[in-house]
Amino acid sequence: MASALVNVPPRARRGEIIEIKTLISHPMETGYRRSQLGAAIPRDIIRLFVCTYNGTEVFRAELHPAIAANPFLVFSTVATESGTIAFQWTGDNGFSATESAAITVD
Amino acid sequence: MNRETSRRTFLQAAAAGLGLGAVVTVAPAHATPEAMQDAIRKVVGSSRVSKGRVKLELPPLSENGNTVPLTVSVESPMTPADHVRAIHVFTELNPQPDVVSFRFGPRAGLARVSTRIRLANTQTVTAIGELSDGSFWSASAAVVVTLAACLEDA
Repeated sequence: MASALVNVPPRARRGEIIEIKTLISHPMETGYRRSQLGAAIPRDIIRLFVCTYNGTEVFRAELHPAIAANPFLVFSTVATESGTIAFQWTGDNGFSATESAAITVD
Repeated sequence: MNRETSRRTFLQAAAAGLGLGAVVTVAPAHATPEAMQDAIRKVVGSSRVSKGRVKLELPPLSENGNTVPLTVSVESPMTPADHVRAIHVFTELNPQPDVVSFRFGPRAGLARVSTRIRLANTQTVTAIGELSDGSFWSASAAVVVTLAACLEDA
């Protein structure tokens, strides 16, 4: 259902600031729109995005309906050690998606 | 002749339809600059918000309010002693003033984020940066929106 794309550089030098890009498919229905029959379309958004680096949180974003459909986020972190960078999106109607990427730090 | 008349009636009907459309689209409740100030107050509390240090990049003119690229950054060494704790983004005229809150730690390395937002109207977007010393900084950018989000489909 939800497909997420993450872009993490596979290798980095220790202490280097790396740029991470994430994109997830999600309608981000605002809850302010109406269907053609006039019925209110209920809100369905991703509310929270968390990025952890080997278990330590490095970045978090709290999203509201004003984020465009298919939330796209570009942020940075310091390459401290080799390991896994994990991403989690959670939202309305029990939405949850995870993705991870490996990074080698020399 | 007959064809021209029907064209005129058609145009009149179309204009009436547009007028009606405009009346209908004005109706949705939206936030006001005061609501935005309230939302900002909720985040900053009683602290003073100074202008500067935050850089908010938005296109001055956006053809599609459904996806407006936004980049916000705060100059900071990002050390445990001196880093950016959070950046909050607010709008004046969207249905609700909050857009997004980004939270960082010293491990972020750089307080710079890009995303895409929705804008329901031509309006001013404000970003508030929260630093580890407890100070708040702000920047604003005005965006002209041709196609409003929320009302029309992308």
